[in-house]
Amino acid sequence: MKTALAETLRPGLRTALLLGSFALLGSALVSFTHRITEPVIRHNERQMLLTLLEGLLPRDRHDDAIIGDTLRIHDPTLLGTSESITVYRAYHDGEPLAVFATPVAPDGYGGSIRLLVATHADGTLAGVRVLGHRETPGLGDAIEATRSDWIHGFRNRALGDPPLADWAVRRDGGAFDQLTGATISARAVVRAVRDWLRYFAAHRRQLLARRETTP
Amino acid sequence: MSRESTRLVGDGLWRNNPGLVQLLGLCPLLAVSNTLINALGLGLATTAVLVASNTIVSAIRRVLRPEIRLPVFVLVIATLVTTVELLMKAFAHGLYLTLGIFVPLIVTNCAILGRAETFARHQPVPRAALDGLAMGTGFGGALLALGTLRELLGRGTLLADAHLLFGERARDWTLVVFPDWEFLLAMLPPGAFIGLGLLIALKNSLDALLAPISVNILKRGTRVQTSK
Repeated sequence: MKTALAETLRPGLRTALLLGSFALLGSALVSFTHRITEPVIRHNERQMLLTLLEGLLPRDRHDDAIIGDTLRIHDPTLLGTSESITVYRAYHDGEPLAVFATPVAPDGYGGSIRLLVATHADGTLAGVRVLGHRETPGLGDAIEATRSDWIHGFRNRALGDPPLADWAVRRDGGAFDQLTGATISARAVVRAVRDWLRYFAAHRRQLLARRETTP
Repeated sequence: MSRESTRLVGDGLWRNNPGLVQLLGLCPLLAVSNTLINALGLGLATTAVLVASNTIVSAIRRVLRPEIRLPVFVLVIATLVTTVELLMKAFAHGLYLTLGIFVPLIVTNCAILGRAETFARHQPVPRAALDGLAMGTGFGGALLALGTLRELLGRGTLLADAHLLFGERARDWTLVVFPDWEFLLAMLPPGAFIGLGLLIALKNSLDALLAPISVNILKRGTRVQTSK
């Protein structure tokens, strides 16, 4: 009786072991790949961020190591997102020159749009770039600088230029172009940039604190 | 090329085309066919994964048991796609930034699971790999046709954004066929469905048109009997 039971169980057990070993092999391969690629990926992303920062504010104007001096801010009411966002600062001789923030537009067509906004110390925009998004390919992805010039429309704008009420896309009566077939994407980005500028205006002093002298 | 390989290639590219005949992988096919360059990107990525998954499935076919083959196929494909994505992110970051959005989409392509299940698990490795290549190319061809149609009708251009795939020198490859043309429907998802329907109709009518000719070739030397 016992042996008969064992006989019926054996093939099932063997199959289960086979499936288990495939699962183990697959996970091992993925975690191994993750392990070797992770530092390289982090390096690449850092490099990309640095390239973007340099593109928005040329190197000769500021001291090095923007990426080293960071600040985390969190303000759901003013920034419209519950995520805390990272702020990088650029200095020249210890004087704050520009602030780079990574606000999130929570209301894109395909979810959140992560932005990089460079603001001069006087509150004018040095430029805006998209760090990550899930907008419709071919329509909403025109917010990327590589795909259209739309995002350059923020250059040199500020909270009073256009007036606060006009920080919207044209369809909503504002001063910014919308994107054909992607009004929602454009609207989300305009709103997030506006919110960031309002945050900047309200927290100017903290954001533009002089750098404490470090060796 | 042997007759068998010729048949495999013909099946993948035309007779049993995954996009136009089997209607597999419609999710990525419809989502990413709005420009020619996007279509090309997804076509290349899918072909690479299809060849690799067919090869692996065929290589392990003798150890597999029928009751666990589907979970194992899913494991193989998921592992493959995740690994490819990580490797691209690390060692081809520029390519990842452009092709990256397509890679996770490949998992949703049931043509890959379909080829593993209906073909690769019964066949030796070289034949399975060739089938992967033929099916991937056929899928890519359907994507390119739909991408061309939609970009032309939707934007009036061809090869827009080519620099994302081919580098800066390709920035001026864009052909403006109809200047200042915009037809939003072709760019939106309904346009993808309508376009695919038109392509399938075109293929079917071509097949119907060519059928008498291929019958003639088969019966070369004998009189073709036509019944009316």
